[in-house]
Amino acid sequence: MSLHLDTRGTPPTRRAAPGARTRRRQRPSRWRTVFDLRVMPYVLVSPYFILFAAFGLFPLAFTLYYSLYDYDLAGTIEWTGLGNYAGLLADEKFWNAVVNTVGMFVLATVPQMLLALMLANALNKRLRFRLAIRLSVLLPLVTSVVAVAVVFTQLFARDWGLVNWFLGLFGVDPINWRAERLPSWLAIATMVDWRWTGYNAIIFLAGMQTIPRDLYEAAAIDGASQRRQFWQITLPMLRPTMIFVVLNSTIGGLTLFAEPTTFYSGNVDGGSVGQFQTVAMFIVKQGFREFDYGYAAAAAWLLFLLILIGALVNFLLIRRIGGTK
Amino acid sequence: MTVLTTAARRGRQPSAPGLWHPSVMTKVMLAVAILLSIFPLYWMIVIASRTNSDAVAVPPPFLPGGRLGENIMAVINNPDAHFLTGLTNSFVVAGIVTVSVVIISTLAGFAFARLRFRGSSLLLLTILLTMMVPLQQMGVVPLYRLMVSLEWTGTLKAVILPYLLNGFGVFLMTQYTKQAVPDELVEAARVDGASTLRIWWNVVLPAVRPGMAVLGINTFMLMWNDYMWPMIVLTPDNPTVQIAIQSLNERFSTNYVLIFAGTALSIIPLVLVFIAFGRQIVGGIMEGAVKA
Repeated sequence: MSLHLDTRGTPPTRRAAPGARTRRRQRPSRWRTVFDLRVMPYVLVSPYFILFAAFGLFPLAFTLYYSLYDYDLAGTIEWTGLGNYAGLLADEKFWNAVVNTVGMFVLATVPQMLLALMLANALNKRLRFRLAIRLSVLLPLVTSVVAVAVVFTQLFARDWGLVNWFLGLFGVDPINWRAERLPSWLAIATMVDWRWTGYNAIIFLAGMQTIPRDLYEAAAIDGASQRRQFWQITLPMLRPTMIFVVLNSTIGGLTLFAEPTTFYSGNVDGGSVGQFQTVAMFIVKQGFREFDYGYAAAAAWLLFLLILIGALVNFLLIRRIGGTK
Repeated sequence: MTVLTTAARRGRQPSAPGLWHPSVMTKVMLAVAILLSIFPLYWMIVIASRTNSDAVAVPPPFLPGGRLGENIMAVINNPDAHFLTGLTNSFVVAGIVTVSVVIISTLAGFAFARLRFRGSSLLLLTILLTMMVPLQQMGVVPLYRLMVSLEWTGTLKAVILPYLLNGFGVFLMTQYTKQAVPDELVEAARVDGASTLRIWWNVVLPAVRPGMAVLGINTFMLMWNDYMWPMIVLTPDNPTVQIAIQSLNERFSTNYVLIFAGTALSIIPLVLVFIAFGRQIVGGIMEGAVKA
């Protein structure tokens, strides 16, 4: 504000020559100028906040409201207080979904981060066909998620899938990827990683390119190996980028839905005994297959809690990684 | 350290021989990464261009057949698949959301970055905090009930409206405007008597265009791939492309060729756009990552 007033007060002395021109252009009345300075900023941010009220605040508040009631198929609605939350915490199927979600998240994210870092380090070298290489590793991102899940589901088919055929070349017996817990997690984690590793590598690469090259050259003269340079220069300097990437993956990973749903032909049960049902799938099943809105709403709040915990844990983890210099 | 750094700068080439040269290991790793990135898509084309008996053959086929066009026509002409409707709907939904989000975010980003008004930092903080909330997943129940009471279920409105809200967009454009539009430029325009909206249009918009492109691509991808909410609120006869593929997958579960032709059809337009604008997209993603 003070800056505006400053420039407006000074023209007569500082801009003596173009004074006449300024006056001619300042045609808008005093009232319009005040409106423009005082009210216009609020007008500019208002579209966002109106939408936020309608499609952000309203659903959050009403999710809380719904979560306190008991709905059943017949359409009767009953106040239960925290009954839905207590029910969820005692519900084996809910805990199963939580374990699946966290399990697949860890199984997907840890290798993904390591591979993305290695890939970014490789992309950071002096390469020919740079654009073509970057485009190829980004390609998975622009494919559509359900289509890719369909393709991978066929790749992981038991009897004639390419993965089992390939493993068979090394004498491995066919694996029933969908039937068992760990294999199904592995297959789904593969789909997630195929899609996101290249993208995260490109983001890491962008971060790496902001690190001054002199640092590496000085380290090389001091006799530090490339491996040591990576751990002592690249990783610590990459911390802000890592926080961005990991928080993004946390939100995406803990709300995983499309890949596991497609892996079971569009069914939100997540396998015959729910061996790969995620929390997001659990919410859809409770809310839109069994029409227990209250239970689904309570599960949504617990999912949010899970995301907050996940984000916090990851944040602390990365701070430690960066801190060990 | 500084002595060494200047020494390194002086004798750049000899001082650090091979520091930025890719080793054989690096080259092999890149080759594997590229192969793995492309292979599932290649294999999709292989199956989509063959017959159903080829799809389940052991050992699997590795070269494309000659039936791609035929199979794609079968998907398009299948009255139960609603595939063209799905493609068009997805373009409409993703297009409208992208344009709106970019405009809303650029306006708000300008206000937060370069205008002074009471409560601006508090409002920006609210956006930052709510950015972490996956609203569309968390709020499914009330959003669905809202769409039912408005009688909007099964329409594209129901898919578009909840996504016009994008806190990340506002945050990105605020950061970008701070970098790209110097305060002096805004002040100079004010002295010349330009109104706030005119400054936005004539000064801010031309300067933040790269940021808008990043946000636009990001939003379009997000919308194109959205699956959970459309699955809840739309019907199979008026689907988005993801829902259309899923119903192919459900209804024709053994007709692999039909399903794969559908997936190919849903992927090819985006891949073509990606290759055409590849340089800008890669540059945009990298720039956005560093600036945000």
